[in-house]
Amino acid sequence: MKLGGLRTRLLLAFSLLVVITAATVAGGAYVQSRTVILQQAQDATARVLVDKATALFPLGPLPPADGTLSRISGELSDRDLSSLVLYEDKSSGNEQMRALISPELRERVRSGNVAWQRVDSRGTPMLVVGTRFTVLLPGGQQRDSGIEAYIARSMAPEAKSIDELATRAWLIGGVALVFAIGLALLAARGVLRPVRELGDAARRLGKGDLRARISVRGSDELAGVARTFNETAEALERHVGELERMEADARRFVADVSHELRTPLAAMTAVADVLEQEASKLPGDAGRAAKMSIEETHNLTRLVNDLIEVSRFDAGAAALAPEEVDVAEVITASLRIRGWTGEVEGDLPSGIFAEWDPRRVDVIVANLVGNALRHGEKPVALRLSEAGEWITLEVSDRGPGLAPEVLPHVFDRFYKADSARARSGGSGLGLAIAWENARLHGGTLSAANGVDGGAVFTLRLPRLGVTA
Amino acid sequence: MDERIPSGAAIVVGMPRVLLIEDDQAVRDGLSMALGGRGHAVDAVATGEEGLARLASRPPDIVVLDLMLPGLDGFEVCRRIRAAGDLPIIMLTARNEDIDVVAGLAAGADDYVVKPARAQVLEARIRAVLRRSGQPAAAAPTPAEIERHGDLGIDRAALTVTKGDKPVALAPTELRLLLELSQVPGRVLSRQYLLESVWEHGYFGDSRVVDACVQRLRAKIEDDSSAPVYVQTVRGFGYRFGPL
Repeated sequence: MKLGGLRTRLLLAFSLLVVITAATVAGGAYVQSRTVILQQAQDATARVLVDKATALFPLGPLPPADGTLSRISGELSDRDLSSLVLYEDKSSGNEQMRALISPELRERVRSGNVAWQRVDSRGTPMLVVGTRFTVLLPGGQQRDSGIEAYIARSMAPEAKSIDELATRAWLIGGVALVFAIGLALLAARGVLRPVRELGDAARRLGKGDLRARISVRGSDELAGVARTFNETAEALERHVGELERMEADARRFVADVSHELRTPLAAMTAVADVLEQEASKLPGDAGRAAKMSIEETHNLTRLVNDLIEVSRFDAGAAALAPEEVDVAEVITASLRIRGWTGEVEGDLPSGIFAEWDPRRVDVIVANLVGNALRHGEKPVALRLSEAGEWITLEVSDRGPGLAPEVLPHVFDRFYKADSARARSGGSGLGLAIAWENARLHGGTLSAANGVDGGAVFTLRLPRLGVTA
Repeated sequence: MDERIPSGAAIVVGMPRVLLIEDDQAVRDGLSMALGGRGHAVDAVATGEEGLARLASRPPDIVVLDLMLPGLDGFEVCRRIRAAGDLPIIMLTARNEDIDVVAGLAAGADDYVVKPARAQVLEARIRAVLRRSGQPAAAAPTPAEIERHGDLGIDRAALTVTKGDKPVALAPTELRLLLELSQVPGRVLSRQYLLESVWEHGYFGDSRVVDACVQRLRAKIEDDSSAPVYVQTVRGFGYRFGPL
C-alpha cells in the first residue's frame, strides 16, 4: 500500500472519524456512568452512617465512658462496613482503618461535616466516610461531642461495574473502528478499482496496445473519465491504423513497382549483353550511347534487386535459413568469390561455429568490405572474434573515417555521405540491407571511427541466430 | 549407356540446344537473342504445354524454365520432365522467394537463376550443367577401371554407376556430385566448395541447390536415404563420402 495513496488517506480519514466519535460517545457515557455510580455509592454510605449515628443519639455524658466508643463502633460496623471511632487519644474499632484516614479527611470531619474520601488500600478501592457526633446537653442544647466516627467500605463491586463499562466502551469503539476500516476499504476499492483499471489501460496503450479499453460503470465522475479515455483510445487507434495503412500501402507500392520492373528489366538485361558485343563496333556517339544504356541497365537491375530485398524486410517476409557454419569459412568464401582475397587483411580464426544463414552473412560481409574498399583506403582489415554467445566481426579501413554528422545515418536508405559525390556504383541500399540482415539474426551492426583513423564497422551476432 | 543416361547426358557436339519456356515475349526474345549470340540453338515457347510437346518433337540438351507460367506452371512442367528422364533443367524465377526456390529444387531442377539475370550468368550456368553432362568419356581412353565403394561401383571413364549389379541412372548433376565426393572418400567437402566445383557458381551460392541434389542422389544410391552411408552429412561442414 502506498503511504500517500488514496487508500491510506481514506483509511486514515475514516479511522480518525470513528475514533473521535467513539471517544466522544462511549467516553462521555463512561464518564457520566462512573460519576453516577460513585455518587450513589458515596451517598448511600454517608446515609448509612448518618442514619446509624442518628439512631445512637443521644449519647451518654461527656466525656464518654469506655464502653460508649466500642458501642458506637459496634453499632456502625456490619458485614460490609468496618468502623473506627476516635475520641481524643482513645479509639475503638478496626485499627487498620487508621491508615486509610487521611489528615485532610479528619480536618473536614472536625470542622463538622460529613465527609468522604476514596482511597486505595493495597489495590482495593475503599470509600471512607466520617462524621462527628453531637451530644444533647441536659438543657436541650446540642454541642459537639468530640467523637469522630469513620466507616469504610470496599468499592470493589463499583470498580468492577466501572471496569465493565470501560471494557464495553473500548469494545464498541473497536468494533466501530473495524467496521469503519471495512467501510473505508470498500469505498477505497470503489474508487481505486476504476482508477487502477484506468492506469493499467493507459499503460497498455502506452506500450502500443491500441485496443486497450476500460469498462464504464455507473454515471459518476470516474465513469466520465473512463468514457473519455475510451474515446481517446479509439481516436488514437483510428489514426495509428490509418498511418499504418498508409505506410503499408507505400511499402507495398514500392514492392509492387520493383516486381513490375523486373520483367522489362529481365528483357533489357538479356539484350544488354547482345548489345555489349556489338557496342564496340558502333561508331561514335551510338557506341557510347549503347555502352551507357548497358551500364545503366545493370545499375537499375542492382537497384531494383536491392529494393525488392528491402521491401521484403519491410513486409516481414525475410526469413532466416540458418545452418551450422564455420564463420571464417563463410567470410573467406565471400571474399574469394569476389576476388577480394588479396585486398583484405584478415584475422579470421577458423573453428568458430554458428547457426547462421550463410547467404545473409555473405551479403553483410560483401556490403561491409565492398563499402570499405570503395570509400576507405587500403588496407582493409577484418577481425573475427568470439566472446561467450556473441561473435564479432570488425571491418576497418585506413581512410579518412566518417564525419560525426554522417555516423548516425550510415545505415539509412539512400543516404549519401557526401551529397556532391557522384554515384559510386552502389545502390545506396547496401548498408541498410546489411543492417537488416544483422537484425534478422538478432544481432547489431554499428559504425564508428577507429582510434588511428578510418571507419570501423562492427558486426555482432549471437551464435544462435534468432529471428527478431 | 544410352539407356542409363538419356539425351541430356550425351556429349554435346556442336551447338547445344536450349529449350526456353518463358511466357513474357520480351524476355523470351531477349534471352533467345542473347543465348543465340553465344552459340546456343534456342527453341523458345510460351507455355508449359507447348514446351512438353516440343520436348518430344525436338529433344533439347537443356531446358530453361520460367516458374510463373499461365496454365501448366513451371513446377509441374519440371516434375513431368523429371518423371520422363534426367534432362538438365535450369529454372528461371522472377521472384527470389525462398519457397519458390525450394519447391523448384524439390521438383527436380538442377539449378536456378533469378530474373533479371544477365545473359552471361544464365549462359555460364547452362554451360556448367552441360559440362557435367558431357564429362568427356572420349578423353579417357584408358580401359575402364571400376572403383568399388561397398555395393557401389563407379566407372569414372565410362561415367557409369552401379549398385550391386544393377546400373543406377543418375542425372548429370547427381553424377558430378557423386564423382566429386567419391574422389576423396572420407574427406568433408563444404557446400560452398561443392557449389563452386560442381555447379560452377561464380558467386556466393545457395547451398539448398546442393542439399536438394544430395537428397535426389541419396534416393538413388542409398539403401535407406534417411540413414545414408555413402553421402553423409557433416553438420556445420558439408558432406562426406563414406567412410563405409
